[in-house]
Amino acid sequence: MTLSAAEFGARQHAGGKALPEGRMVIDPESGGDLLEVSMGPHHPSTHGVFRMDVALDGERIVRLKPVFGYLHRNHEKLGEEHSYLASMPYTDRLDYICSLTNNWAYALAVEKLVGQEVPERAEYLRLIVGELTRMQNHILSVGFLIQDMGASGTPLMYGFREREKILDLFEALTGSRMMCNYMRFGGCRVDATPEWLDGVRKVVAGMPAFADEFERLLCTNEILMARTQGVGVLRPELAVSAGVTGPALRASGVNYDIRKVDRYGIYDRFDFKVPLGEHGDVYDRFMIRLLELRQSIRILEQALKDVPGGPVMDPKAKIRNFRPKPGEAYGRIEAPKGELGFYLISDGTGNPYRYRVRPPSFVNLTVLEDMCLGYSVADVVLILGSIDIVLGEVDR
Amino acid sequence: MKTVEEIKAAIEAAVPSASVEIVQNPAPSAQHSLLLKAETAVAVAKFLRDDAELALDFLSNVTGVDWPDKEITEKVKVTKMVTKTVEGTEQQVEETVEETRKRVEPGYLEVVYHLYSMTKKHGPVVFRMRTGNRADDVKLPSMTPVWRSAEYQEREVFDLYGVEFVGHPDLRRILMWEGFKDHPMRRDYVEPDDFEYEPTAHDEVLKRAQAHQAAAAAAAEGQKGAAQ
Repeated sequence: MTLSAAEFGARQHAGGKALPEGRMVIDPESGGDLLEVSMGPHHPSTHGVFRMDVALDGERIVRLKPVFGYLHRNHEKLGEEHSYLASMPYTDRLDYICSLTNNWAYALAVEKLVGQEVPERAEYLRLIVGELTRMQNHILSVGFLIQDMGASGTPLMYGFREREKILDLFEALTGSRMMCNYMRFGGCRVDATPEWLDGVRKVVAGMPAFADEFERLLCTNEILMARTQGVGVLRPELAVSAGVTGPALRASGVNYDIRKVDRYGIYDRFDFKVPLGEHGDVYDRFMIRLLELRQSIRILEQALKDVPGGPVMDPKAKIRNFRPKPGEAYGRIEAPKGELGFYLISDGTGNPYRYRVRPPSFVNLTVLEDMCLGYSVADVVLILGSIDIVLGEVDR
Repeated sequence: MKTVEEIKAAIEAAVPSASVEIVQNPAPSAQHSLLLKAETAVAVAKFLRDDAELALDFLSNVTGVDWPDKEITEKVKVTKMVTKTVEGTEQQVEETVEETRKRVEPGYLEVVYHLYSMTKKHGPVVFRMRTGNRADDVKLPSMTPVWRSAEYQEREVFDLYGVEFVGHPDLRRILMWEGFKDHPMRRDYVEPDDFEYEPTAHDEVLKRAQAHQAAAAAAAEGQKGAAQ
């Protein structure tokens, strides 16, 4: 059975009901045959359950509609039904690769809502675990990108080897490798021991050697360059308009890092650079992550020099019967994947009236179709990998 | 960075037909917001984006909020003529009585937009729009033509709250599946009574499951009868 392009488009837009897979569609404009392929939801390159309705002209992408929601559990409704503190462990499950930055963003938003101060030592610990999170996320996302490209095994396992060291540190500090549930409104849950800080120093000291090794292995690899350079180009104007944030935005050459713009926490005390890309292609997005890894090492080296003593929780912080006065606040941080924001409306009760998560992966997906048009199916896998999505956060 | 009052004045100078209200935010964050009228919202949004001084080119966050009908109970002092027996004789006496009255404040759906500027590196500027009610007057102008980043987020608000965005290029459900009927983020949303796959129902759930299964069996019987 064949369908005209107009009918095909109408179906895509109105019903969203996909045709049975592999069916031929005639496109009178191009004069050729369009083939609709449903990529996913259980495709190894989709990093979870994520589907793309792709229309192909030969091997060229003509149309691409992302379909998601398979992991939807209405996280925001759960947030409204629980107290402020009870949502903290739930935020771990948003971007399950980077639970500590999720904690940080939520804690920051609630602290803005109630005007809570955070002690100096807690700020240092937050920054240390936040940058460690960024490092392991970037290592992992680069590893998976290379894996998607077909270099199965080696680079990813190199990445996993280093990530494991960081996860061991998380486990030693918080009791959990991935679901850390570490931060509280007005500080952190537990204090770090001097031994733990020494452990961080050791891991950070070993990182530059790993970064060298990783870059030597990948950056000038002929196949990698041929597959990624000039692929999936994202123009800076479109990136800004579409609200793309994080490494994907900076790879397009837009200088916007919330650590520099908002200077939340104690980021204004440290000297670091914001790496920028030139072309906005997959290679730049891959490279930006490696460069940001180096900057994170630099921040950590400075922060670990003098971690001040003192409490990790504001002694005046209210824990029981926590009821913010009516009002609202939007707090955001530079999470490894982009701007992670929490928007809270309080009506004076113990539960937030509205609990909104602004997930970076979800918004970054807006431009997936624009980035993929005209490239081949094999490139889609790379382009998706270079955005670095986590479905726990996209679907919520 | 301009204050909300200055932004309001700038908007009213640039778009004379726009009427902007300031919604105060009493929280320490002090992120006050601008309440826009739906008719002029797109023109105002374009101004906010294109104005050289504001340059709010980055729409960060789109949030739907549901404000259901609120029943307000208030005490009103009413003066009435009352018949009373004073010193053995019946008299008409004026008396002030406290009465509780109920009035219903109509609810609405609200969409909140958080704007930042990537070129000027300032923000946030918050603006919001409100629908007429929660049932049939739920149309609001879409901001997708102004900022692309509204595309998926407005689809999410449409999906979970039921706000219809006029001018959105591709308004479909995004997180729930096609054919889903209700809007699950609304405050009065009730989960469907579907316990057919409940493996270990007990207590309250068991009662509801049994009631549901009995009703389903009766409906199936009725259908069978109709078919015969």
